Amino acid sequence: MAKKVAFIQGNEAAAHGAIYAGCNFFAGYPITPSTEVAEVMSLELPKTGGKFIQMEDEIGAMAALIGASLGGAKVLTSTSGPGLSLKQENIGYACIAEVPCVIVNVMRGGPSTGMPTGPSQSDIMCAKWGTHGDHPAICLVPASVQELFEETVRAFSLAEKYRTPVMIMPDEIVAHMRERVVFPEPGEIEVINRTAPSVPPEQYKPYDTSFGDVPPLAAFGSGYKFHVTGLNKMQDGFPTTKAAIVQAEEERQVRKVEANKADIMKWEEYLIDDAEIVIVAYGSTSRSARYAVNAAREQGIKAGLFRPITFWPFPEERLLEISRKTKAFITPEMSLGQCNGVVKGCIEGNAPVYGIYHVDGEPVSPDEILNKMKEVK
Amino acid sequence: MAYDYDKWIRPGKLPHIWCPGCGHGIVMKGLIRAFDTLQLKKEETAIVSGIGCASRLPGYIDCCTLHTTHGRAAAFATGLKMARPEMKVILCGGDGDGTAIGGNHFIHACRRNIDMTYIIMNNYIYGMTGGQFSPATPTGHKASTTPYGNPDPNFDIAKLAIGAGATFVARGTAFHAAQLDKLIVEAIQHKGFSVVEILDDCPTTYGRRNKFKSVIEMMNRLKEISVPVKAAEKMTPEQLQGKVLTGVLYKEEKPEYCEQYAKVIERAQVGK
Repeated sequence: MAKKVAFIQGNEAAAHGAIYAGCNFFAGYPITPSTEVAEVMSLELPKTGGKFIQMEDEIGAMAALIGASLGGAKVLTSTSGPGLSLKQENIGYACIAEVPCVIVNVMRGGPSTGMPTGPSQSDIMCAKWGTHGDHPAICLVPASVQELFEETVRAFSLAEKYRTPVMIMPDEIVAHMRERVVFPEPGEIEVINRTAPSVPPEQYKPYDTSFGDVPPLAAFGSGYKFHVTGLNKMQDGFPTTKAAIVQAEEERQVRKVEANKADIMKWEEYLIDDAEIVIVAYGSTSRSARYAVNAAREQGIKAGLFRPITFWPFPEERLLEISRKTKAFITPEMSLGQCNGVVKGCIEGNAPVYGIYHVDGEPVSPDEILNKMKEVK
Repeated sequence: MAYDYDKWIRPGKLPHIWCPGCGHGIVMKGLIRAFDTLQLKKEETAIVSGIGCASRLPGYIDCCTLHTTHGRAAAFATGLKMARPEMKVILCGGDGDGTAIGGNHFIHACRRNIDMTYIIMNNYIYGMTGGQFSPATPTGHKASTTPYGNPDPNFDIAKLAIGAGATFVARGTAFHAAQLDKLIVEAIQHKGFSVVEILDDCPTTYGRRNKFKSVIEMMNRLKEISVPVKAAEKMTPEQLQGKVLTGVLYKEEKPEYCEQYAKVIERAQVGK
């Protein structure tokens, strides 16, 4: 049987990807340019028996998401810039209480209201450090509508597998452009669900590390009763200020992601092997970069593209390796150097890292990248 | 009637954090008596709270308990209730948590008429942070951030709930423990969003700044200002001056949110 194919928008693909992954609860708040995710979820979720709620604000949407996830639901919200700022409070809660949830954040201009309809890539540090305190961060940055669908499915699997929030962050161009999407058959993309407890209710502890760094999560209402708090907690979920326990738990929460980087990280290397100039670009900007790399090769410039698909955790070891034989890096991005700083931070000064920065609502063009390559060659 | 307190108190979690003389413990016992009266099942009962002294209550009760972020209990609980409509969901917290930082979630939970019960302990003050004024602190009263007297007008929390669309609103006090039991039981039995405002006392951060010499004096004040709604019907406006009505203040039957959403699912699946 021929596969289902559609010509759809990125935001629609994110919603369909969520439903493919088994999402059965969505809570959101209207915000440009992500609203279509909510609109599609309000239409499609009830058809599958799932539930959609439009909350009173962004904070409430994130809160409802966590409540539903603790009730056993697979949950999604969508937002953008100012909404991401507001959601940070409860994103931190989901980190410390270790509650799986997926957040689509469509990157628009900022700070504050900024340019609501313009594309941006300036939320990337906010995805890692937006909520206060030390915490794990997983952030995916797809570059096409098909990839947005597939990465949304993966976001659910990562959230459920590691009991942590996962952000999927298309820039506004990826979120709003329309492309051909081939829908995978059920089972074609792996969908991982959270590990259910293997012990009876009376023995259950929500943070029982005897099961490893990611303890099984029971659902409220499923016969298990336990306590969940945003305070530093012990294995049984109750608060503690005991130094050794707090230190160990905080380290474990971060280690869940750090020690499993190989499973979470994903990137694409294009013509990297003999590249003297490596462009590090993601999202829609990587499409300009790929065009520029091809054009440069035609002109005899040995250019390559390194495209993070997982932005956090960042593939720093691999980039360091590449940097040992690279003459220069260029980071075209729709921000004032957020990605540039990350690249500089992991290559130990092995090569200069040049930036091309747009915060004017315009994408970085292939010509700009090509010209920069000629300039630094 | 003998109540089984031990059944509901989590082993090893007492003593509680509340100061001597605080009314929150009275409220917690009332809640336990209500749970016991209604024979609720621990695994199917959730208590969701925000931040503050009153929001520490869930930690002591043996059921599904969720201690969330400041003011957000109603929003967390809304998600949980939608995911698990069969669960009994109780919210609890203080006046600052519920009507200042959580005011938006509070009024919208009332508006949706989602089947949950909100126990709001109004001790007129932010206790845990040391006694700052809340939206419930009476005008002119002293708090650590109103050293010259509170210039703000205060909320009438029960009226706020009625205005926002809650379909069961009651008020009790920490002094009237027997009445409290009945109000909480009736609130939990009500299908829809029910609010029980409980006038409470904070001797540590409110009483001592506002010339209450003792906890007994604070409790006596709760007794003196309270008038049951039935009794109030026979009183003149002059007699009701400075009084607070207690009992069931408002009740109506309206479609409940989770049931309404079940109909959305039915409509979405027509012809599927």
